[in-house]
Amino acid sequence: MSEPALLARGVFKSFGGLKAVQDFSLELPVGALRGLIGPNGAGKTTVFNLLTGVYRPDAGEVRLAGAEISGLRPSRIAAMGMARTFQNIRLFGELSVLDNVKLACHVRSRQSLAGAILRSPFSRGEERAIEERAVQLLSLFGLADRAQEQGKNLPYGEQRRLEIARALATTPRVLLLDEPAAGMNPQEKIELRALIRRVREEFGVSILLIEHDMGLVMDICERITVLDHGQVIFVGTPDEVQSDKKVIEAYLGVAEEAPSA
Amino acid sequence: MEVFLQTLKDGVAIGSLYALIALGYTMVYGILKFINFAHSDIVVLGAWTSLLIAKAIEKAAGGTPAWLGVPVLLGAMALCALVGFTVERLAYRPLRRAPRLNVLITAIGVSLFLQNLGQQEWMFGTRPRSLPPIVSGNALFSVGSVRINILDVVGIGTALALMAGLEWLVFHTKLGRGMRAVSHNTVTASLMGVPVDRVISVTFIIGSSLAAAGGFLWALKYQQINQPADAGWTLLGLKAFVAAVVGGIGNVRGAMLGGLAIGLLENFGVAYFNPSLADVYVFGVLIVVLLFRPSGILGKAVAEKV
Amino acid sequence: MAFDLTSRARELRPSAAPALARGLTPFALCVAFAVLMQLAVKPAVDAYTARLLLDIGTNIVLAVSLTMVNGFTGQFSMGHAGFLAVGGYVAATVMYYGSLRLWGNAEMAGGMLSSMPIKPQPGRSPFSPGDVLFLCSLVAGGLVSGVFGILVGLPSLRLRGDYLAIVTLGFGEIVRVTIQQTGPVIKDAATARATPWPELFTRVGGSLGFSGPPPYTSLFWAFLAATLTVLVAIRLKRSTFGRAFLSIREDEIASEAMGVNTVRYKVEAFVISAFFAGIAGGLYAHTLGVGLSPQAAGFQKSFDIIIMVVLGGLGSVSGAVIAAVVLTLLPEYLRELSNYRMIVFSLALILMMIFRPQGLLGVRELWDAALWRPIARRFGKGGAG
Repeated sequence: MSEPALLARGVFKSFGGLKAVQDFSLELPVGALRGLIGPNGAGKTTVFNLLTGVYRPDAGEVRLAGAEISGLRPSRIAAMGMARTFQNIRLFGELSVLDNVKLACHVRSRQSLAGAILRSPFSRGEERAIEERAVQLLSLFGLADRAQEQGKNLPYGEQRRLEIARALATTPRVLLLDEPAAGMNPQEKIELRALIRRVREEFGVSILLIEHDMGLVMDICERITVLDHGQVIFVGTPDEVQSDKKVIEAYLGVAEEAPSA
Repeated sequence: MEVFLQTLKDGVAIGSLYALIALGYTMVYGILKFINFAHSDIVVLGAWTSLLIAKAIEKAAGGTPAWLGVPVLLGAMALCALVGFTVERLAYRPLRRAPRLNVLITAIGVSLFLQNLGQQEWMFGTRPRSLPPIVSGNALFSVGSVRINILDVVGIGTALALMAGLEWLVFHTKLGRGMRAVSHNTVTASLMGVPVDRVISVTFIIGSSLAAAGGFLWALKYQQINQPADAGWTLLGLKAFVAAVVGGIGNVRGAMLGGLAIGLLENFGVAYFNPSLADVYVFGVLIVVLLFRPSGILGKAVAEKV
Repeated sequence: MAFDLTSRARELRPSAAPALARGLTPFALCVAFAVLMQLAVKPAVDAYTARLLLDIGTNIVLAVSLTMVNGFTGQFSMGHAGFLAVGGYVAATVMYYGSLRLWGNAEMAGGMLSSMPIKPQPGRSPFSPGDVLFLCSLVAGGLVSGVFGILVGLPSLRLRGDYLAIVTLGFGEIVRVTIQQTGPVIKDAATARATPWPELFTRVGGSLGFSGPPPYTSLFWAFLAATLTVLVAIRLKRSTFGRAFLSIREDEIASEAMGVNTVRYKVEAFVISAFFAGIAGGLYAHTLGVGLSPQAAGFQKSFDIIIMVVLGGLGSVSGAVIAAVVLTLLPEYLRELSNYRMIVFSLALILMMIFRPQGLLGVRELWDAALWRPIARRFGKGGAG
């Protein structure tokens, strides 16, 4: 039995008096495509922030391919192989589309500062490799002709694709997507489903995504974790999730008792 | 014991000045989220206009009437309020939506502008001058062997009166409520019907008049008014800013508390440690506060949402 | 996850010798340019113009070094003059007391590459040892200043925007006040030899200033430093490290999430910037006619540099160079209006922030295609119509 790509066990996080996440556990096997859903304010992005090191868990453990990562800085966790996108897109707006992706290659760079300044043979080679890789990724995501545009000038849908391309440039094992379909029209969402599946196949990454679009989640996720008020209330297949009473209540509220005649 | 009381008195005296000036910084930071670098230059303006008004009245009245202080103070406050209002309208309002860094740079520009304008011979000139004797330097009473001058009483008293006035305004009037609303969230406040532009203008008017009062009281206390570009003024402004941060930037009561704290700290440091390191104490406190408790004594920490 | 950057990099690496030559040639060109300035240009111009050129060189180093921290990583430092002063005083101490201890006096001992030609001195080697000492003093100034860059960079990590600006301003002030506390300069060689080095660093004149150091700064040194600073800055900016710096400026959280250790890079930016500012300080301290004083760390000096960098464009190396040249020359050409100089500059700054906040070139370089595209488009439309 091999280690899961990502494992969280008993994670707690409070902000002052607010208990944001309580006893969160999740398992993402290698190569899996799973979902994290829940009503607004359930704590989904907080979970992502805990997994990626933006917040430090108050208790519990997080393991990336078996290695303990809770308490490490986000850049270290990224170097170890976890990448993410953001709910409110965080591109490097002034930088070109190409540079956005090239930047994400930096985590794998081995050249030294001196080498870069002196333009050593290795640093030249690495710069070429980075250029090649970045162009390749842009082509895969249909952004090749936008390479020199400033990130902030891209239409919304392309910005989201760029964020995913950028995350993949870090050669991650685990990819966390935070509401990748937000703001997309139905056609774009269909393309996104295919894109996410393709990403899993071609890059061999394990994917966990937060989404509100139930159609998308039920379609592509193998297993779904449901969060409400910071706690896991259900884990199961799409079919199971759709028929679970607790989940329905969390989203729609409890039905009022009809007054007896 | 005598040194202690003397230092205490000095600390409170200068602390109340810092507080007056700190209020302007903290109010502007609270609503617009930037450090108004040009604020210290309003203090300078206050000191110099006090001088010019005092001289003018002296000439007209043919002497130094006992009530001279009042029109001088009010005149200086009014003039500086106007300047503060104008600066906001012309230089800061166009940048309302710009990155905070741009506004900071603009504020530096305004500060340099006011400084160098003041330096011109046809404005204030470059030679230090003194206020005519508005308040006598006589002792009023003594605590132990420490003399409390009329000057000290007037200075601290005026500062306290102005702060009390501001406290009433901010916490007991509709305008004050508007100011507090804008400092929490500008957009929401405007959606709730608060006239944001007017509130911001008023904030600058109030902040600038308090700064002018600070300048006037400084000139009263220290006799000599130095040229506008003298580094001492910028340092005064910076210390008042540190006071605002220590008290909790954006918090009016914090600014008053912070002013007092910095005034006491500086004077006790000078009296009991190395007298020439006054500036270092103040900046040292700033660094310590920003590292360990950036929200200051009365402020609340605000985290960035990821 | 099959892609491995390092092995692909090795596959694509060019052959060693030609690549190294291409890598190092520009450095040699910098030295050659500096020699040219000193040996060809200097004799051809009058003393006044030479001094202007020298100031331009020093200001280029200052402006480019500041844009490396303010522009590349977006950390708005307002205490740059503090690094200038640290570097200047360290260099001056090494040079002055070094000369006293080695040669018994603080006279010029440099060759043709420094301000004056070799003066034969009894007991001294004919190979301008003064130049060697001067180079050492410049580097020492830069290194110590770089260490101070760590001292300023670390606390600044938690601070943003305005607060960072104020704390760095405070740093400049602390440097100034500290220098004011130092002891009087030692004038005779015997005492200098007898005093241990740590103490010598505290005998730099205090408020009275330090005017002992011999005026070594020449067109050669100024332009050597200027061209090397520009070269390093440009190479850095175009490298993967430059992208890392710029990404921090754009969005620190995203940058960290993509694997950039923002702590390390933010401090690094300060260190590199401080190093070059320190070198500029050494140049400044040894310029003929300049009296090194604690004022060199004051915020007026910091503001002068900030104005250059903001007008040229935060993050643009070529912009900083252009601004440094223009803002050094302009006051000279507007001599009659010298009273109004700062009023004009400050108004320019305000108007710039309102109408063109990115300054002249923004974060781009003069040679960036993206810079010229809108202009080309406009001309294209005009031509076709």
